[in-house]
Amino acid sequence: MNRITVIEAGPLVLVEDLGRPGLAHVGVAGSGALDRGALALANRLVGNPDGAAGFEILMGGFRARFDDEAWLAVTGAWGPVTVDGRSIAPYTATRAAAGAALEVGPAARGARYLLAVRGGIDEPATLGSRSRDTLSAIGPEPVTAGRVLAIGPPPAASVPLLDREAAFPPPAEVVTLALLPGPRADWFTDAARATLFDDAWRLSGQADRVGARLEGQALERRVPGELASEATVPGSIQVAGDGRPTMLLADRPVTGGYPVIAIISPASLDAVAQLRPGQVVRFRHA
Amino acid sequence: MSRRLLPSGDAAVLVECDSLDEVLALHDALAAEPPPGVVELVPAARTILVAVDPDRLPLESAATWIRRVPAEAGARRAGRVASEVVIDVVYDGVDLHETAGTLGVSPEALIAHHKAVEWRVAFIGFAPGFGYLVSDDWPFEVPRLDAPRPRVPAGAVALAGAFAGVYPRQSPGGWRLIGRTDAELWNPAAPSPALLLPGRRVRFREVGSP
Repeated sequence: MNRITVIEAGPLVLVEDLGRPGLAHVGVAGSGALDRGALALANRLVGNPDGAAGFEILMGGFRARFDDEAWLAVTGAWGPVTVDGRSIAPYTATRAAAGAALEVGPAARGARYLLAVRGGIDEPATLGSRSRDTLSAIGPEPVTAGRVLAIGPPPAASVPLLDREAAFPPPAEVVTLALLPGPRADWFTDAARATLFDDAWRLSGQADRVGARLEGQALERRVPGELASEATVPGSIQVAGDGRPTMLLADRPVTGGYPVIAIISPASLDAVAQLRPGQVVRFRHA
Repeated sequence: MSRRLLPSGDAAVLVECDSLDEVLALHDALAAEPPPGVVELVPAARTILVAVDPDRLPLESAATWIRRVPAEAGARRAGRVASEVVIDVVYDGVDLHETAGTLGVSPEALIAHHKAVEWRVAFIGFAPGFGYLVSDDWPFEVPRLDAPRPRVPAGAVALAGAFAGVYPRQSPGGWRLIGRTDAELWNPAAPSPALLLPGRRVRFREVGSP
């Protein structure tokens, strides 16, 4: 059995797969990699099923060593990634020799690297998934320096022989996200709904896997009073009593008591995972 | 019975009812015979989120099904978990005095009410094991905090709207805190991970400061 030993973990390293859907009615969110497309692609590059567990590495600062030969791919954020000191290309399957050291440096673009290892990270599953849900504290503990994690047996599929995938770094400047109507859009004034689409928003420092707050004008309500708590879907933009919007993400509470003005289109949701605090966000109609 | 269908992305519909009783009745009707492609039903206070796999059940078809399902108001599913859970509480929450003041009662009267009534878990939400408790004998409506606290400790006993609840884990939260308990509300490794399940009866019992 191959293993990976984590030497340095950086700000936050989590084991994530594609989550545990269908458990919201008992209070468990879907969780899973915040940039789902990046995890699925990293897995495909090394011949894994899309939903194999990998590492979600926030901003870099990660170093690890493999016991035996391993195939790996890094997607999502862009930054310096090396195997035994040699740069490796993003979005490409790379073979690491037995004992080789992998280093994922500070992200230059985006916020979350996804690291897939052929065979997947073989942590115990909870409620059907190896994903860490940071709000519910379900799933594998956050990965810290010194941890030794098992790598699963190689899948039946071989490492695909691909030409270099067309890959683009996450944008450094303005990111535009497509919005679908929210269930409570009519709780807001016309002016507030226009503001949502017309203004430039800024990702606040209060941004994690649970939700990401946006800085900008307060959004004014037309309907006053309390909303009875109701179920939300990933990408729901809820507006708290202070008028500030928050994008609810994979580890969100499954119900919320603030009205949802709009919902980020699933096609745009992966991009939220790569936003950095201070980055400008604009919205358009899906 | 009214059913308002609200948009909730490209793979779900949010169905709004006029009362919690209607939600319970509609949920039972929907759960009785869902068409293929229904992924999940998530009941809440006035709503049910119907999540679908749009490749197997287009949203338009799901909407038609939801509108046509017959439901007799008040026809609740029989045989719900009937056992009563007793939760020991120290009533020293940071919001106790202000909440009582807002409601125009003394803290002692608020505590007495909270202990006296029989609560029922209406649905699970917000976080794993977080039961929304209702009681026909609970007269208060408690406003949420304007902005949620980033951290509420595990075991915090809280009020919001017409509901009582207990935070199973440390989490953000906008409910008003009136006390705390040592009871374990959620343990995903246990055979039955949640102490509170929909339909379960709950009583709160006051204990002294440990």
